[in-house]
Amino acid sequence: MLRLVDLVKQYKTGDKALKHVNLEVPNGQVMALIGPSGAGKSTLIRCVNRLVEPTSGKIYLGDKELTSLSQGALRKARRRMGMIFQEYALVERLTVMENVLSGRLGYVPFWRSYFRKFPQSDIDEAFRLLARVGLDHMVDKRADELSGGQRQRVGICRALIQNPELLLVDEPTASLDPKTSRQIMRLICELCKERGLAAIINIHDVLLAQMFAERIVGLQLGEIVYDGPPDGLSPDVLTQIYGEEDWEATIAKVEDEDDEDEEAAVP
Amino acid sequence: MPVTETAGTRLWKRRDRKAQLTVWAIQLGCLMVFSYCWSLVSEKTIWEFVYDAPTQAGDMASRMVPPAWDYMDKLWLAVWDTINIATLGTLMAVVLAFPIAFLAARNTTPSKVFIRPIALFIIVSSRSINSLLWALMLVTIIGPGVLAGVLAIGFRSIGFCAKLLYEAIEEIDVSQVEAVTATGATGPQILHYGIVPQILPAFAGISVFRWDINIRESTVLGLVGAGGIGLQLSASINNVAWTQVSLILLVVLGTVIVSEWVSAKVRHAII
Repeated sequence: MLRLVDLVKQYKTGDKALKHVNLEVPNGQVMALIGPSGAGKSTLIRCVNRLVEPTSGKIYLGDKELTSLSQGALRKARRRMGMIFQEYALVERLTVMENVLSGRLGYVPFWRSYFRKFPQSDIDEAFRLLARVGLDHMVDKRADELSGGQRQRVGICRALIQNPELLLVDEPTASLDPKTSRQIMRLICELCKERGLAAIINIHDVLLAQMFAERIVGLQLGEIVYDGPPDGLSPDVLTQIYGEEDWEATIAKVEDEDDEDEEAAVP
Repeated sequence: MPVTETAGTRLWKRRDRKAQLTVWAIQLGCLMVFSYCWSLVSEKTIWEFVYDAPTQAGDMASRMVPPAWDYMDKLWLAVWDTINIATLGTLMAVVLAFPIAFLAARNTTPSKVFIRPIALFIIVSSRSINSLLWALMLVTIIGPGVLAGVLAIGFRSIGFCAKLLYEAIEEIDVSQVEAVTATGATGPQILHYGIVPQILPAFAGISVFRWDINIRESTVLGLVGAGGIGLQLSASINNVAWTQVSLILLVVLGTVIVSEWVSAKVRHAII
């Protein structure tokens, strides 16, 4: 599905954010990327859809190589990758519906998007997705009227309406309270399963990562230092990723979930 | 450094001796410059006229009252012209300033090396020339009248609106733009979905603010023949018809108060 080969990103300031990263994400796998601030997590997923231009290395999405694409081809490739952001990154002054439909911009010519004449099939899909995340009564609300959890649900709809094969998720829960964080993570993972999507989820909450991801990759100073199953995160591994600390309390007793699934869908 | 230790107690002062002396020296310097300038101005002033000023002012005031109320019949059209000059001029400026602002903003300009300096030059040259000077030039080029006034107001306001707008564009939230970019949107779509919604309130606020300023500016354009109430004002002054002058000044005051009230209301409604 997604393959990073020898990926390097050096910023103009000289900081090496990524040092020869090799990573492969198979179809339908939900992978969590953990690591301390400044480890290069954000840079890594932004390199994939080239919001940040990688310095060298190759990125394959399916069999398409992304780093050498022209602007037009890059836009086509971006349609196959949905992105979800830390601070939601909704267009604050547009309505929920407009925000969701903006996920279709890559498919719709300028004048249609200008006059908001999206194809009926897109509108149907938008309603379906909003109903799925429990927001179908909020269609006409402006994005800045919503709560954090609701905004992130709209962000999820915007990413999914692209009909992507891969989700790039950048700290989806960093601005949310613990309960909403779990709901959002659960929603993302459920939707990935329903649609067979692969996902890279940047997250600094180790517990959440262990609860929801099938695979965990630890990044430290631009290098992968752990790649394995969630229950392989021992205190030693965490020390290697984050540095010396008492990790016993952080590690999941792998039984946690499933207790609040029922009422979780709508806040 | 301002902390000194004397007999085991630590004393703190705001400045040490050297800094304090510097402050005093600067204050003394300012005082000397001011006295020198004052003496220069004093030499070139005919003080007899100044001593006379209260009498002169009183005399002028006595000739200004009562205002010639019946002259109002001839002023309505001039007031209407003045408001139209301001409104049309602002409209023209806003329409032209919008694209210029995008060319000038660091984050949206197509080329930082070629196009941005050109846009900035347009902004600076428009701003550096007072609308009265624009009017003076335009009256010689296209003749006296309301059109010259509209264009003068327009040219002066382009720079003002474009400058404030491009600063607003440079301050937008980048993540919203990133999010729209990540969907595979084209350049114009990113502009329309990611950037325009963010600057719309600033744009509306700037336009109303400039309209308010332009009402005041357009009241004097008539002095150089560019239409509006200033035309009547200069005619009345030339005819030493002081009762008419006082009426005109009252009308200008009234118009400006109304325009300020309207713009405050509109801006309040937008924000």
